[in-house]
Amino acid sequence: MRRRAIAALVLFLGVLVSQGCGGEYPQSTLHPSSDSATLIDQLFDQIFWWAVGVFVVVTGILIYVFVRFRERPGDGRPKQVHGHLLLEVGWTLAPALILVAIAIPTIRAIFIIDRSTPDPEALVIEVIGKQWWWEFRYPELGIVTANEAHVPLGRTVDLRLRSADVMHSFWVPRLAGKRDLVPGIENQLWFRPDSVGVYHGQCAEFCGTAHALMGMRLIVDEPADFERWARANAEPASTPADAEARAGQGVFMANACVSCHAVRGTPAEGQFGPDLTHFGSRLTIASGVLDNTPGNLARWLDSTQHVKPGNPMPEVELSDAQIRQLVAYLGSLR
Amino acid sequence: MEGPTSTGIPNRKLAMWTFIGSECMLFGTLIATYMIYRGRNLVPPYPHDLLNIPFITVTTFVLLMSSLMMVLALAAVQRNDLRATKLWLGLTALFGLIFLGGQYYEFSHFVHEGLPLSRNLFSSTFFVLTGTHGAHVAGGVIWLSTLLVRTVNGKLDARHAETVEIAGLYWHFVDVVWIILFTLIYLLV
Amino acid sequence: MAMTDAHPTGIWSWLTTVDHKRIAIMYFVVGFAFLLVAGFEGQLIRLQLAAPGRDFLDPDLYNQLFTMHGTTMVFFAGMPLVVAFFNFVVPLQIGARDVAFPRLNAFSFWVFLFGGLFLYASIPLRAMPDGGWFAYMPLTNPEYSPGPGIDFYVLSLLISGVGSIAGGLNFLVTILNMRAPGMTFMRMPLFTWMALIVSALILLAFPPFTVGLIFMLFDRSFGTHFFDAAAGADPVLWQHLFWVFGHPEVYILILPAFGIVSDVIPTYSRKILFGYPVVVFSGVLIAFLGFGVWVHHMFSVGLGPVVNAVFGGATMLIAIPTGIKIFNWIATMWGGRLRFRTAMLYAAGLVATFTIGGLSGVMHSSPPADLQQTDTYFVVAHFHYVLIGGTVFGLFCGFYYWFPKATGRMLHEGLGKAHFWLTFLALNVTFFPMHFSGLLGMPRRTYTYAEGLGLDVFNLISTIGAFIFTLSFVPLVWNLWRTWRRGEAAGHNPWDASTLEWTTASPPPHYNFAEIPTVDRRDPLWHPYIEPESRRAGDEPGGAVPRRQPDEPPEPVIMPNPSYWPLVLAVGMLLMTIGALGSLGLTLFGLFVTAVGLFAWAFEPPFGEEAH
Repeated sequence: MRRRAIAALVLFLGVLVSQGCGGEYPQSTLHPSSDSATLIDQLFDQIFWWAVGVFVVVTGILIYVFVRFRERPGDGRPKQVHGHLLLEVGWTLAPALILVAIAIPTIRAIFIIDRSTPDPEALVIEVIGKQWWWEFRYPELGIVTANEAHVPLGRTVDLRLRSADVMHSFWVPRLAGKRDLVPGIENQLWFRPDSVGVYHGQCAEFCGTAHALMGMRLIVDEPADFERWARANAEPASTPADAEARAGQGVFMANACVSCHAVRGTPAEGQFGPDLTHFGSRLTIASGVLDNTPGNLARWLDSTQHVKPGNPMPEVELSDAQIRQLVAYLGSLR
Repeated sequence: MEGPTSTGIPNRKLAMWTFIGSECMLFGTLIATYMIYRGRNLVPPYPHDLLNIPFITVTTFVLLMSSLMMVLALAAVQRNDLRATKLWLGLTALFGLIFLGGQYYEFSHFVHEGLPLSRNLFSSTFFVLTGTHGAHVAGGVIWLSTLLVRTVNGKLDARHAETVEIAGLYWHFVDVVWIILFTLIYLLV
Repeated sequence: MAMTDAHPTGIWSWLTTVDHKRIAIMYFVVGFAFLLVAGFEGQLIRLQLAAPGRDFLDPDLYNQLFTMHGTTMVFFAGMPLVVAFFNFVVPLQIGARDVAFPRLNAFSFWVFLFGGLFLYASIPLRAMPDGGWFAYMPLTNPEYSPGPGIDFYVLSLLISGVGSIAGGLNFLVTILNMRAPGMTFMRMPLFTWMALIVSALILLAFPPFTVGLIFMLFDRSFGTHFFDAAAGADPVLWQHLFWVFGHPEVYILILPAFGIVSDVIPTYSRKILFGYPVVVFSGVLIAFLGFGVWVHHMFSVGLGPVVNAVFGGATMLIAIPTGIKIFNWIATMWGGRLRFRTAMLYAAGLVATFTIGGLSGVMHSSPPADLQQTDTYFVVAHFHYVLIGGTVFGLFCGFYYWFPKATGRMLHEGLGKAHFWLTFLALNVTFFPMHFSGLLGMPRRTYTYAEGLGLDVFNLISTIGAFIFTLSFVPLVWNLWRTWRRGEAAGHNPWDASTLEWTTASPPPHYNFAEIPTVDRRDPLWHPYIEPESRRAGDEPGGAVPRRQPDEPPEPVIMPNPSYWPLVLAVGMLLMTIGALGSLGLTLFGLFVTAVGLFAWAFEPPFGEEAH
């Protein structure tokens, strides 16, 4: 009975550990993939082990005290002790020294991370937080996109963060710590990614109804892939080739879509919602909520308020055929 | 009524000092907000368009004089000179009222000149800061008036000097706050 | 339940009471009710998060629930429970017959109660606030939060804040002025010391928050521009005003728990507190430093490296006095004769779990590390370890410790211990996994999370832990029921404790002490056992405090009169508050009632009743 309980406990802890170490953690702070996130992770590791050490010592003493000084039958009053100056000095100085050991690398890291990047070659991206999606603008490359930003491997990325409405916080844990998007202020955040991949991020400052669904992807490409992506995304939208997509374009232009969304190269110039010029090349829909598949897109167009409750996109009355056509059109915007 | 206290300071007087300490944080926050936002106003009118320093200097002087009247009122009640007490208490309250009248004139003048409360950042900070102070003055005037009525009715004499003293503490504090506001809002415009 | 002998009973006597012990009981009952309500809200939150993508709660309701959970726990559960202990214990510990201003005390309670009820009136009106307990601007301005939800938040905190400030003032004056003869500062029990410090914190920390709330109210109701970036203002100002209050507020909640534990550990170790002056001054230091660290809630705002470095360093400093307290508690137990009664279990549990919360706090005192941790479940784990493992454990510790004094009955030890172990288990099962979910990238205040982030198992465990929390109240309620029916009598000093409250009857008569004691040392009831510290004068054996108060006062005791004017005044303020939602007439009527209450109060004689 007792052995089985221990076995169960070990199994349980095993599951916990495997959860903590193995597996895929696309949004983990413990799996850094940039210089900035690595610096923070190393600092956290140092503090973490100091804390573990303190915890082991304090808890060890505590358990010893609980066991050793438990009252036993026949015990009289213990000797009364008012205090001990040297002990007091000791347990004031010991934590102070540990804190100094933590403060030194902390301050070093602050003055690296909290300053603007010293790299003049950095790729500047403007990030504008909106309820509840992200706009990315590449001023040097003439690209405007939403919820997904591509960046090249090995080049410093210099984000300029602004908010169009309320507070948001930009957080892609594997690439950098958070930085808030504050109305009226431009904040900066920089990092240099060190491996190719798709990194998950999401808004980390409560911003209203759909705060939980304000996700994003940062995609780190090989430089050549990035060049290709950038060239394609700087172009206006291509005219759809097949008939269904063309019909979809007609539906798009004839409905409320155009009042909020822009598709460069077409009459659609709405500014309120995400730019859809190259929507078909994106991985997700509705800022990271759904994978960008035709089925999901149809669901999104049909019941946007169910997929992402509270989002500002109205549920436009569309027939099934119109939705099919729109899916074809949006998918063609690559 | 109450026995000796541990510190020797009567409870009510200690409470007033404590309250004033808390009020310092209140006005400190309001003043800090005003100072942080000074010069950040984006929408006209601006402070220098409207602030009438000579006029406010006069009402400031009146308020300062009211503090002097308060001192005289306390001295009078302590020596149980109730006629003088009535005179000085009445003058303190009256001078407070004159100050409030000046503030009323100033506020309505500003609104008339196109600066309602919701106009801009200056109107927001100015009205809330000086308005909070004005509310404190108004509360003080009412308090002093009750003391005056009690004196007139013969219910307040030298045995209640402590009550007058506590009201005085409050009154002087409110005056001191105004000196700071006058300096920061008007003189440093 | 007759709490005081030869003292009027019935509803009217409770509505008009100015007796600090009765007010304490009312604070405790109402605070505990709010604790249950807010705990239930937390339970709903955990149900929603049990698995990714659940739609048990819709996002708006979820946002309302976490707002109500946080706001209620801090302002309408944590604060009143702390104040309940101030009320019951402080006058007894300093040898006073009541607080300095008994009617003000009743007023504080009534406005707190009305503030809480006003907040919860938003539920039937379907207008619960949904901006978080921190209510960051500009999300909470009318453009993004139309409807009266945020107004309920602002107004309820404004009205209950008046009560908090009045309470802080009352206890500061009480402790400074009402101590029994000979009760010098350095002879005061630690709980009274912490009550003194916390009263000062309340007086200094609430006004900036009040001003912030007034700005928010004006921005919402009168179109001012205090947090309007378009008008040139800086919305971050709200964050400063909120946290310059919010961080001291944390110490308002934790220092009383430290005080309780500092009184309880010596009792059940049968050994005086180790390093008394050091424990006192570390409390003062924590409170002092608490005003200089608020920016550590805002490291991600982008205030620059110098600001972040300064506030990060100041935050780290707080670990030193906190550590000193923990080490002194351990040293008190060292060489003692530990009796693990329920209160002692909670005290020991506090030392252990608060250490975890303190250490995770050190982790985010480092601004770069905090940039990954802030606004994630790592922080949720941290502050629940501090607020449950610290404040709630401390309050339960005090509850089991002083319950016999307040009621005259003993609680059942076995049920008490079951209660402790269930809460201890629940705390760790619920909140330990949140360290992982936070570090693996789960932000706070999200009504759902995606599959595939590796967060599922941790969230499920947390939800199971929340059920254990709910379960943990069963032995507590059972214990209360059992004690109500047939709890054995407590006697004057069931724990053989050392401080003045244990010299009088349980429950104490409404005048507390038949004779005001004269104190000539710390821990006066233990004086035969304590070797005098040679340098301290006047500590020779043979002190003057009798171990038992006489049953009858030798001469008539003059006690404060009951009064309904505090209630009238509070009702007036409540009417003004309700009126502020949109009825000028009601506001003016409330102002009139307030004025009437104030004048009647001022001219009502406060004393007069003679006790036998």
